[in-house]
Amino acid sequence: MYDVTYHRAASVDDAAAKFSAASDGQLLAGGQTLLPTMKHRLAAPSDLIDLRGIADLVGVKVSGRKVTIGAMTTHAAVAENAELAKVCPAIVKLAGGIGDPAVRHQGTIGGSIANNDPAADYPAGLLALAATIHTNRREIAADEFFTGLFSTGLDEGEIITAVSFDAPETCGYAKFPNPASRYAMTGVFVSKGGGAVRVAVTGAGSDGVFRHEGLEQALSKDWSAAAVDGVKISADGLMSDIHCDAAYRANLIRAMAKRAIA
Amino acid sequence: MSEQGIGARVLRKEDKRFITGKGRYTDDIRNERQSYAAFVRSPHAHAKVKSIDTAEAEKMDGVIAVLNGKQLTDDGIGNLICGWAVNSKDGNPMNMGAWSALATDKVRYVGDAVVLVVAETQAQARAAAEAVEVDYEELPAVVHAVDALKDGAPQVHDNAPGNLIFDWGLGEEAAVDKALAGAAHVTEMKILNNRLSPNPMEPRSAIATYDEAEDHYTLYTTSQNPHVARLVLSAFYQVAPEHKLRVIAPDVGGGFGSKIYIYPEEIACLWASMKTRRSVKWTSSRSEAFLTDAHGRDHVSTAKIGFDAQNRIVGLKVDTIANLGAYMSLFSSAVPTYLYATLLSGQYDIANIYCNVRTVYTNTAPVDAYRGAGRPEACFLVERIMETAARELGVDPAELRRANFIRQFPHETPVIMTYDAGDFAGNLDQALEAADYKGFPARRAEAAKRGKLRGIGLASYIEACGIAPSAAVGSLGAGVGLWESAEVRVNPVGTIEVLTGSHSHGQGHETTFAQVVAERFGLPIDNIQIVHGDTDKVQFGMGTYGSRSGPVGLSAIVKALDKVEAKVKKIAAHVLEVSEDDLVVENGEVKVAGTDRSMAWHEVGLAAYTAHNLPAGMEPGLKEGAFYDPTNFTFPAGTYVCEVEVDTETGETKIVQFVASDDFGTIINPMIVEGQVHGGIAQGVGQAMLENVVYDEDGQLLSASYMDYTMPRADNVPSFAIHHHSTKSPSNPLGMKGCGEAGAIGTPPAVINAITDAIGNNDLQMPATPPRVWAALQAASAKIAAE
Repeated sequence: MYDVTYHRAASVDDAAAKFSAASDGQLLAGGQTLLPTMKHRLAAPSDLIDLRGIADLVGVKVSGRKVTIGAMTTHAAVAENAELAKVCPAIVKLAGGIGDPAVRHQGTIGGSIANNDPAADYPAGLLALAATIHTNRREIAADEFFTGLFSTGLDEGEIITAVSFDAPETCGYAKFPNPASRYAMTGVFVSKGGGAVRVAVTGAGSDGVFRHEGLEQALSKDWSAAAVDGVKISADGLMSDIHCDAAYRANLIRAMAKRAIA
Repeated sequence: MSEQGIGARVLRKEDKRFITGKGRYTDDIRNERQSYAAFVRSPHAHAKVKSIDTAEAEKMDGVIAVLNGKQLTDDGIGNLICGWAVNSKDGNPMNMGAWSALATDKVRYVGDAVVLVVAETQAQARAAAEAVEVDYEELPAVVHAVDALKDGAPQVHDNAPGNLIFDWGLGEEAAVDKALAGAAHVTEMKILNNRLSPNPMEPRSAIATYDEAEDHYTLYTTSQNPHVARLVLSAFYQVAPEHKLRVIAPDVGGGFGSKIYIYPEEIACLWASMKTRRSVKWTSSRSEAFLTDAHGRDHVSTAKIGFDAQNRIVGLKVDTIANLGAYMSLFSSAVPTYLYATLLSGQYDIANIYCNVRTVYTNTAPVDAYRGAGRPEACFLVERIMETAARELGVDPAELRRANFIRQFPHETPVIMTYDAGDFAGNLDQALEAADYKGFPARRAEAAKRGKLRGIGLASYIEACGIAPSAAVGSLGAGVGLWESAEVRVNPVGTIEVLTGSHSHGQGHETTFAQVVAERFGLPIDNIQIVHGDTDKVQFGMGTYGSRSGPVGLSAIVKALDKVEAKVKKIAAHVLEVSEDDLVVENGEVKVAGTDRSMAWHEVGLAAYTAHNLPAGMEPGLKEGAFYDPTNFTFPAGTYVCEVEVDTETGETKIVQFVASDDFGTIINPMIVEGQVHGGIAQGVGQAMLENVVYDEDGQLLSASYMDYTMPRADNVPSFAIHHHSTKSPSNPLGMKGCGEAGAIGTPPAVINAITDAIGNNDLQMPATPPRVWAALQAASAKIAAE
């Protein structure tokens, strides 16, 4: 790792100020991707601004069916939240399936979605739940937030403060983990609520998380595994790598969609 | 059996320090004025080194020296060598290309070391290494063994035309061809053996210190065989004369073969310590380990097996291309030849076998012995083709094996092995019974109701351990003898130190070796200290690999114990004024049989060292040494049964049952043996279903971290059922056969046989990942639909 100056921000405003003052600053929101990248000397920020000490950014609030999760809430805290489990068990299951216990106690929802790794779990969940991403400057709809591989609608220095969504009538998540990294080789989040069905796929798309219109249409008419079987799932635009090709990922979208509904 | 003797489940003495974090590994050691090394490595698979600019690096903070290959060569440091000479069929010697510890004119794989930077801290060394500018002229690379032999393939070494190292054969080709021509049935198949990365938990590390006052070197290193390391470093690489070099392999965290060899880094660090007059330390990062630790396997084979009308094997013909990577590592030539083709008879009575092996250079990491070394490749081939033949012949795979088992011993195979003991049918029966083989159809039907495809697969493996005798391996080209040494020192107070040439890097020698001494004299194991891994303490020894510590290492200890016991009896007979023949040693006493007269063990020790009352002419002291050269290999064997369930939608495969029946001969500590088998099976499952070294066409390593290289984890393996059905080896005094590699040898074919049985498609190569299994299922369905 190269030398870096570490800062612990006292508030969101303080973090923003420290970020602006740094020559090549990076916000640290758990560091489960950033720190290994720095250890491999593949990233060399001048300053790290740690958001961990900002109490306002931590916690899960459930009010009726309205859910708000602070950006610095760890995966473990989401996974263990009993109130959240009652209204939206799929997001709890999703969080509990990220990485290993060490990752889940360090990694945060804000850090995950800001990085928008194409194989991360949360982007699928938030996209399918039509979540709103709150920042220190504005609110961004999930559909506008996840803009492609490792890219988001965030502006330079913009800090995520929370995500919120209305828990749907029903939802589910299933992923097929990459045998080596255990990231999603393909993960599918399905949700139904307010007359709309949304299906988001992670781990498979060449350009990151995406909504699958074919599955959404079919499941809008018939919320069943049989309906999934009737959908043609194209391998176009899906990733091929040393682990599997696009055709297999297309197959996994079907298989995981069925498991997510079950 | 005493509570701590042979056969007892004694907890490992060494585990207290390991599990409390007090193990002392090479990287834990820090010398006075410690400096740190970092290597500049080639980012290209194949390139000419046009120039090296170290000016920037030399100016950087903390930099002590920036050293290159020309300086190394100018100082007389020799090239790395392969220590086992294998000739081609035409009698020509193997084409060994030059391997300098620091590349001079050309780099041949990604990770090839070019420049060594020594600095005050590790961070400074790494930063300076990044500032070294090497001007490369990239050359086309070749990665796959088959491609390396094609016309016009990039030439890795000038003196290996067409990248061929040797074209070797074993057996009578004409006789096999004739037998196959007359066979009632011939099964033919292409079999790949995937390339693996060894991944010991502790990465390689070296600390070299030159003592100017004594003109003497000390090397701490992660070695499985410190004496061999010292021999090679002095005799071949001219780093230092043998008596001026001490090699210490302290606690070593796993090796699996990868720590047998001398690598460029140890050579370069020793040389750099002399140049800089500083202690130089290098510890591999995990990324460097993926790039540069010698890989294992990587064979492409075609095989034909013929049967007569009674389903008896009449002949086996094998053609193998083995990828040895960019350079010939220390024992790389022996692995795909004498450790491979010699095992192609498996457990079967086969009159005619011929194997042709071509070894090739490619622009990939060197390939050498990895857990099993040649024997897993042989076993995989034999057991895959036996299972395939059974399916083609429409007979039960277990019964086809049984009908062809060797039943008389000694049995001479057509591939120069003499099997000396075994009960193959006994192991098969035990495994089938334990696995409820008969009940499988019902389990398959039940799984089908749940939408799962269930399959069962067998592997009846045999391997050869304790490579020996030395004269025999010497006649086959080995540059070393493969005996072992021991010294037993009984102290004046009766405690014992055993100095062994074996080396423990996870095997538990400190416990099992002590158990053998405890059994012999009836002493508590806490009174017995096993000393190993230091060339200044221990007499020359050959180290640990090839499951040899039990059959060879312990045999040397037994031989030394015989001498100690003989002297103890002479002393006690003299003191007690009885005949030696009337004495027995048991429960820590030397007793006059049938009486209550005795001498305590420590009294004998004291008598030996006070020398006040010894038999006339006897030398004082109680210390005996022995060298043991076995009369033959040992032949562990057994049958593994694997049962899997495949998810048809994803190809995900779960091992739902795994049964092993092993014949390891005499077992010292069943708990430790089970641990060895568990680990071996897990690595076998890794090879069969998970692990794969992948280079792209340009020779860049794609599986270069745990994000992309799949190690087996607890949830990839079931709870194993381990059984033993043993015959004693007649080739060593304890009747041991070795247990370290069997799991990794027998498992891959059992797993692949089970998966191919489940999916009804035999066309499946390792690792059988979910996408591959799913694709094979699709192909099988398409074939059924077409029919």
